[in-house]
Amino acid sequence: MTATSDISRPIGLSRTRQLLTHPTVRSFTTFVALGVVAAIVTGPQGRTGDPTYSISKALQPGHLFLWIGIALAFWLVLVAWLAVRGQVRAVVAGPRQQVRTVWGISYVRWVFYIVLIVLAVLIPREFFGEYWQEVTVTSIGIYALLAIGLNVVVGFAGLLDLGYIAFYAIGAYATAYFTGTLPVQPPFTINPFFALPIAVVACMIAGFILGAPTLRLRGDYLAIVTLGFGELITILAINLDSITNGSRGAFGIPAFTIHLGPIHYEWGLDILPYYYLLLIFIVLIYWLFHRLENSRVGRAWTAVREDEVAAQACGIPPVKYKLLAFAIGASTSGFAGVLYASKNSFINPSIFTVNRSILVLVLVIFGGMGSLAGSIVGAIVVQGFFALVLKNNWFDPADIYMYVGAVLIGMMIFRPQGIIPSKRRAREIGLAERGLGSADALAAPAGSPTS
Amino acid sequence: MCFTSNFWSLTIDGLNNGFLYALIALGYTLVYGVLQLINFAHSEVFMSGGFAGLFLTQWWLGANGSAHGAESVFVVVAGVIIGGLAGGSVAFLLERVAYRPLRRRNAPRLAFLITAIGASYFLFSLAGHLFGRDSQSVPQLYDNKQVFTVFGAGVHVYDLVVAVSAILMMLLLDRVVAHSRLGQGIRAVAQDAETASLLGVNIDRVISQTFIIGGLLGGAAGFLFGIGNSVSYTMGFVPGLKAFTAAVLGGIGNIRGAMLGGIVLGLVENWGVTCVRNSWRDVIAFGILVLILMFRPTGLLGERLGRSA
Amino acid sequence: MTADNAGARVLVDVDNITLRFGGVTSLDGVSLRQHEHEILSVIGPNGAGKTSLFNCLTGVYVPQEGSITFTAADGVAHPLVEMKPHNVTLLGIARTFQNIRLFNALTAFENVKIGVEAHQRTGPVGAMLHLPRMRREERDGDERTFELLDFVGLRARANELSASLPYGAQRRLEIARALGTSPKLLLLDEPAAGTNPAEKRDLEQLIRRINDEMGVTVLLIEHDMRLVMSVTHRVVVLNFGRVIAEGVPADVQRNPAVVEAYLGAPGEGDSDAAAG
Repeated sequence: MTATSDISRPIGLSRTRQLLTHPTVRSFTTFVALGVVAAIVTGPQGRTGDPTYSISKALQPGHLFLWIGIALAFWLVLVAWLAVRGQVRAVVAGPRQQVRTVWGISYVRWVFYIVLIVLAVLIPREFFGEYWQEVTVTSIGIYALLAIGLNVVVGFAGLLDLGYIAFYAIGAYATAYFTGTLPVQPPFTINPFFALPIAVVACMIAGFILGAPTLRLRGDYLAIVTLGFGELITILAINLDSITNGSRGAFGIPAFTIHLGPIHYEWGLDILPYYYLLLIFIVLIYWLFHRLENSRVGRAWTAVREDEVAAQACGIPPVKYKLLAFAIGASTSGFAGVLYASKNSFINPSIFTVNRSILVLVLVIFGGMGSLAGSIVGAIVVQGFFALVLKNNWFDPADIYMYVGAVLIGMMIFRPQGIIPSKRRAREIGLAERGLGSADALAAPAGSPTS
Repeated sequence: MCFTSNFWSLTIDGLNNGFLYALIALGYTLVYGVLQLINFAHSEVFMSGGFAGLFLTQWWLGANGSAHGAESVFVVVAGVIIGGLAGGSVAFLLERVAYRPLRRRNAPRLAFLITAIGASYFLFSLAGHLFGRDSQSVPQLYDNKQVFTVFGAGVHVYDLVVAVSAILMMLLLDRVVAHSRLGQGIRAVAQDAETASLLGVNIDRVISQTFIIGGLLGGAAGFLFGIGNSVSYTMGFVPGLKAFTAAVLGGIGNIRGAMLGGIVLGLVENWGVTCVRNSWRDVIAFGILVLILMFRPTGLLGERLGRSA
Repeated sequence: MTADNAGARVLVDVDNITLRFGGVTSLDGVSLRQHEHEILSVIGPNGAGKTSLFNCLTGVYVPQEGSITFTAADGVAHPLVEMKPHNVTLLGIARTFQNIRLFNALTAFENVKIGVEAHQRTGPVGAMLHLPRMRREERDGDERTFELLDFVGLRARANELSASLPYGAQRRLEIARALGTSPKLLLLDEPAAGTNPAEKRDLEQLIRRINDEMGVTVLLIEHDMRLVMSVTHRVVVLNFGRVIAEGVPADVQRNPAVVEAYLGAPGEGDSDAAAG
């Protein structure tokens, strides 16, 4: 025992070190660093052969301090929020409970959904110009559908499919084929509407073919294999000239038409009818998948995702359910492919890249894994944001994937459950962080050889 | 057979590629060994080495310069070292910024994978933004003449540069892993992280160091690759995927396996590409990947996974 | 030394099972038979191979030698070796786990419901379209789930997250979930581990009720001798992967080989008692 023991200070830690590791100081330096990164990222485009150009311009004092300032503004907001968080929660608790009770009444929910749909129908028509209407269909609508489909694979079944866009390609090319716009002629041509069920079936088969040998693999291996598959489809699309017309793509895919008895309608150049059609499909598919989630199938997926060994002990065959999720996701993607091909009347391999798969993944993650509503919101927010950027040229479109990557990293660190989390998922992640369970199908299966 | 006509020249090229794949694969396998994580962004570590080496040589020789004799040796060595250091730094930052916060929070494995993808996209887009999107060539560092022949196939300076660098680095790595304290730490954490930490191993530091080592090798490979091909912001994707295939082929987590896997993949790919059209080259590697994962996922030498269940 | 079940049908016939992992032999020529309606306990010191035996029964491990046969009421003999775990469950063999493997983020109700749904037939189409069979199975499933929760005394906690239940309740929940799969044979892996005396008594009762009221055959791994002695009809003792004794509890307790396995040979220093 030393005569002079200063028990108020932890042994060995100098004052400086204590200061540096203090949470507020650490968050301050983190935000300053974020500001610097933001300054670099928002700098001018680099010039080949002049590597220091972009950075030196980006780190000019004016630009640099602007972004550090913005970052610190966020920091202040964060610090303030952390300070009042407890009180705010206490105040909000009462009204929150009231909202929950009201929401519990089923007709309240119905009214809410109907209002949403009405708004969805009216807003683009009344308030959007041509650019935004186009965006709503091609960037938001189609991608919302894609995100919902991927959510079944990633969110419900916990499988990471990085080659998801390949099925989108299959659907689009199937449409091109059966409407006679590919070099290879089909045995009969059809109205693109009939390409919908064909694409769904074709993608289910493709999903089975890809999934059957690979779904028993560990999650990370599955991710890589699906990535390879996605790349493979792109390579095939570009190289099988005689079938797919190579990088030139397919032209003149006819629009949808209906000739059913007294009903005759042709979708043409006007964008809004496509939007309404898309809206109908999104609502329909959302509704069907929502039912799926709350059924025996949905529960089986959750069981497999949470603990595959326990799921097996409950009689659930993991591979069968994973295949099912995979096939459903694949056919949704193919479905979207048909819609896109017919609306756009032109497709080429450059739209079907792995990058697009990742983009859809971002929408799912951002919106909330396992949350169908989240996928739609994610599509609206993220794609809407990018559309805004492109229109106003806030940054060079080629930089988009910088932001995509940053969003992914940020979401995983700060809000892995997404902005509109599915309740189950939020619980799982919370429990996983406390050491209970692994929240996904990626953990190595147990089976330790002890008594 | 389609590849027997040019066999030895294909073999030399294949070895060349194989050494590069091996160097990159080591990065994947080391990180997988200690964290059970596929470091998706390792392809960008490779790319950063390419850029660093490129800038160094451009600065030293001028964009259109060239080097001869002793200066050649100096520039090549400097490039490899700088490339390696860049790779190591990027890998270190990657671990600190993207993965460590997730480890602290005990995040589910899916989160790591997604973050890795995000990091990869961020890094390569950033490189494109900062350095331009065109591909650039490394200035001529030496006179790439034929040095000798093997069964009639020429071995050039480039082949020797790659072979010598790679073999030296792999020997060094083998030594470090087998005989140093750091290596002991890596092997301990790879086997059983919890016990290792109970025995006083500083997990965080070992993991950091593992990333750095993988980054040194990957970055060096980036520069070596750049000499013989070109440097661009997208250069990492395909070699990275192939190197990962090589790591799995040899047995993930198995260091000797990664070396073997890289070389085997390089050879098979080169022999195989003469049998199919050149644009199908990448398909061979993907095909091997799928086959291995389906029929022998533990790889040729067997995987050495980290934790026991 | 034999049970008084001589007339009862053999439900499970484990014949000369050997299980090896690399250099370690976990089970060495283990044979045992379980009769219908019997409660059989497998006991033995730690590392004796008990959970490995369970894992062989449920298809998690594949023994290198030997066979396991499950004979259902219709007389059809099913070889269990190499059967996939989920098929074993669908055949009528359910299990609980040593380390409790509940679906943590789901409620007690949802956990049991998943077990109940094992034998249902609703698929994705039925689920999406709410076909009549789906609606019927949902109703029946809910009903059966509530029954099972009642049976284990967890009705009141149906909507609580399983992760937030007290330990003893989690154990009972896992049993309820296993019972949901309508098993003929229930494998319980150390159900009393970590429970307090009151919970142990409840467990004894529960096991008896499972056997008497539900007619389920029970195979039990346990360390708690009191529990074993009180509920079991017959005991099998494993040590170092081999069967060293078999019989009625009272006889096995007095068997010198068993005493030695637990306490060490007479004259050896420390006791390693796992008993009681």
